[in-house]
Amino acid sequence: MGLMDASVTLKKLTEKFPDAVVGTHNYRGDDTAIVKKEKIRDICLFLRDDPDLLYNFMMDLTVVDYLGRDPRFEVVYHLYSLPHNRRVRIKALVPESDLTIDSVVSVWVAADWFEREAYDMYGVVFTGHPNLRRILLYEGFEGHPLRKDYPLKKRQPLIGPVN
Amino acid sequence: MLADLIESLAKIVFIFTVNVGVFAPILGWVERKQSAVMQDRIGANRADILGFTAIGLFHSLADALKLLTKEDFVPANANKFFHTLAPFIALVPAIAAFAIIPFGGRYELFGREINLVIADLDVGILYVFALAGLATYGTVLAGWSSRSNWSLLGGLRASAQMLSYEVAMGLSIIGVIIVYGSLRLTDIGAMQEDFFRWGIFLQPVGFIIYMTCAIAENKRIPFDIPEAESELVAGYFTEYSGMKFVMFWMAEFLEMVTISAIVTTLFFGAWHIPFVTDAMLLSWFQSAGPNGAAALAMLVNIVVFFAKVSFFIWLQMTIRWTLPRFRYDQVMRMCWKMLLPLSLINLSITGLVVLLL
Amino acid sequence: MSEISKDLHTEYMVINMGPSHPVTHGTVKFLATLEGETIVDLDVEIGYLHRGFEKMCENSTWQQVIPYTDRLNYVSPLINNTGYALAVEKLLGIDVPERCKYLRVIACELSRLSDHLTNVAAAGLELGAFTAFLYFVEARELVWDLIESLCGARVTVNYVRIGGLKNDLPERFEEKVRYVFKEVRRLWVDVDKLLTKNRIFIDRVRGVGAISAEEAIAYGFTGPCLRACGVPYDVRKAQPYLVYDRMDFEVPIGETGDNYDKYLVRMEEIQQSMRIVEQALAQMPDGPINVRLPQVRMEPKEKIYSRIDSLIYHFKTVIEGIKPPPGEVYQAVEGGNGELGFYLVSDGSGKPYKCRVRPPCFALTAAMPRLVKGRLLADIVPTFDMINMIGGECDR
Repeated sequence: MGLMDASVTLKKLTEKFPDAVVGTHNYRGDDTAIVKKEKIRDICLFLRDDPDLLYNFMMDLTVVDYLGRDPRFEVVYHLYSLPHNRRVRIKALVPESDLTIDSVVSVWVAADWFEREAYDMYGVVFTGHPNLRRILLYEGFEGHPLRKDYPLKKRQPLIGPVN
Repeated sequence: MLADLIESLAKIVFIFTVNVGVFAPILGWVERKQSAVMQDRIGANRADILGFTAIGLFHSLADALKLLTKEDFVPANANKFFHTLAPFIALVPAIAAFAIIPFGGRYELFGREINLVIADLDVGILYVFALAGLATYGTVLAGWSSRSNWSLLGGLRASAQMLSYEVAMGLSIIGVIIVYGSLRLTDIGAMQEDFFRWGIFLQPVGFIIYMTCAIAENKRIPFDIPEAESELVAGYFTEYSGMKFVMFWMAEFLEMVTISAIVTTLFFGAWHIPFVTDAMLLSWFQSAGPNGAAALAMLVNIVVFFAKVSFFIWLQMTIRWTLPRFRYDQVMRMCWKMLLPLSLINLSITGLVVLLL
Repeated sequence: MSEISKDLHTEYMVINMGPSHPVTHGTVKFLATLEGETIVDLDVEIGYLHRGFEKMCENSTWQQVIPYTDRLNYVSPLINNTGYALAVEKLLGIDVPERCKYLRVIACELSRLSDHLTNVAAAGLELGAFTAFLYFVEARELVWDLIESLCGARVTVNYVRIGGLKNDLPERFEEKVRYVFKEVRRLWVDVDKLLTKNRIFIDRVRGVGAISAEEAIAYGFTGPCLRACGVPYDVRKAQPYLVYDRMDFEVPIGETGDNYDKYLVRMEEIQQSMRIVEQALAQMPDGPINVRLPQVRMEPKEKIYSRIDSLIYHFKTVIEGIKPPPGEVYQAVEGGNGELGFYLVSDGSGKPYKCRVRPPCFALTAAMPRLVKGRLLADIVPTFDMINMIGGECDR
């Protein structure tokens, strides 16, 4: 797998969505593309359906909080193509002022629970998600714990049995 | 009159002692130790009295003491009357079924003819089926009266399973009744004096069907969906503790003894030793005089009977620890689509053969 | 069936297989809506074992994260350790010595043995085959004895280090491995005879929980559950790490994706793992097990107590942590349940900026409603067993 082959994904992505892709790099052999959040559904559909790319696995969906930078959040998608045996990472920039992004549940069903967890931990709202509620934490939890400004040792109000 | 009364009382006390006093605690120990041997481990061996552990036998005593001293509660919204009544309804038929099972033949002792069965009823085997029908109420009431979704599911499954398997069980026994021509268990037992007239040779299919249905009635693995440990926590007796719980548990063990006893009586020669007739047996003990010989023969027959019963208990336990459990719809399908037609076919063939011969 | 229900005025019963239940091992809550015994809807609630792994990692140094990774998939802890160490080494851009790679392969495969043995044993237990459970637990005990002789602990091993390992093999390890594998193979044959052709077991698991390959991929299945659907994806073969490309092993593939295929795939993988360990032990070269970079991997105590530069490096790496250059990596290893991915973001300081674990059983548990809808209540048991949800991994 030489460098030419490794950048097929990034080349085609930049060709197809020139104004959405903000930057690409290949740090330590991982193809990465940084995109704006508006067209994320179209980008994901393209990545899944294009015959040269065929990213049919959504391996992971998570959020990174770069406190002090604008846009503050990055929604990170890790994709894997089984037919071509390639990986790519897509990072969508999401500012704190508009903490929403399109849900990709219609592209890969796996995104369902991963997006719920991202909402639970960071507060990112995924528009179009059928069932966006907390998954790992309980309903009465206040705040979004994985944000950098959530203190490590914050106490939560005690709850009783619900159902 | 008095002599009859004493004789009946002696037999009742004997059976009661052997069953509830000896078999029930011993079976608990056997279950632990047999499973341990099968699973390559030691089993329970810690309970001791003054440092003397009798290879784990004291665990049964420890169990009894623990269950006696446990808190006896009824769940908050439960129907208190039925909740308390259900264990009794489950336990009594298991003990009472032993009333018609002959554990020995007829002997001439001191001028009296002693028939080693508590009640030699005309209807014989039907009495056992009637009691098995009553035992169903115990589990169903337990499941329903506990006011818990889990117990309800267990009770529902139990009622469907036990009702269905009673039908197949009854039909499988009719073959035996046709062959031996009598409902009385004493007659059937007496007719198996000759080794080749044992039920297992005359009704092999009936034996297999009866054994399967009886294990299903008893709700042992592989048919223990009503109390499926991993699905329903404990099924219909989830909400029971203390003595009521031990009554269900004892009912299960005692029914195992009853099943083994019936199988022995109907299919495996009751109290007879193979190839040894009653006369031969008496002739072995001639030196002790007619009374002594009869007494010794009685003893030998009782021992042989209970040895066979123990073998079938061992068989049921081995099956329990080897096989996984069926799913609910598979249990029902097996009864109605497999065992019932099979027992009907068995019945018709038996009838035909008996008619022609 | 529903025609009858309309006339009879029945209602749906909502049953709560709550977090503490004999079958929901790993603390999961199922809210099953039942019509009789048929499941109409299933709501899966996880998170009862959420301990805040990511937040804790952001507040510990890179080396201090390793004991936390033990507690992710706690039946195969060495695989978690290895995955994390590989990810950090990728971030640092360093390569470990050969012997270390072979030892890590051995450790991973022993852990995978433990994982698969536990899973098949639990499946047997919950279906009522108590004896099969105890046979495989005995086999697992022997494997744990091996792991204990290797690193001192059976479950929370904490064996792999960034840039190497904690210690080398103990004496006579090959002998012990030979003895243990002989016993495990004997017990494998016993359980095979008890379960694989057992009509009752087959009736319970065949055809239950089946899923097609396309749906499985859409749900993000990986590991034995995906291979049971017929998709030959194994990270060890597709993107080999450590020395898996020098090992000769097969990856078993199923057909229909039902529970029976998952069981068979796991049973066969037990055999293949033993093969890999034996090959690794035969091929392993002598040499150092730690990389010679004092700013990454601590030097032996004799050097630290006698040389000033070692002491300084030791002090800095313990107090401040090792310092990978800023950047991000994603490293995938083949865990017991599937692709275990570590996504690490470094900002140049001694603590991870983000340490994300991609849990394989998270995607599998998400598909639970799809697998059991329309089936009986009793089918939840083998389906959930075969998914092998480990609470520590799913909830982190």
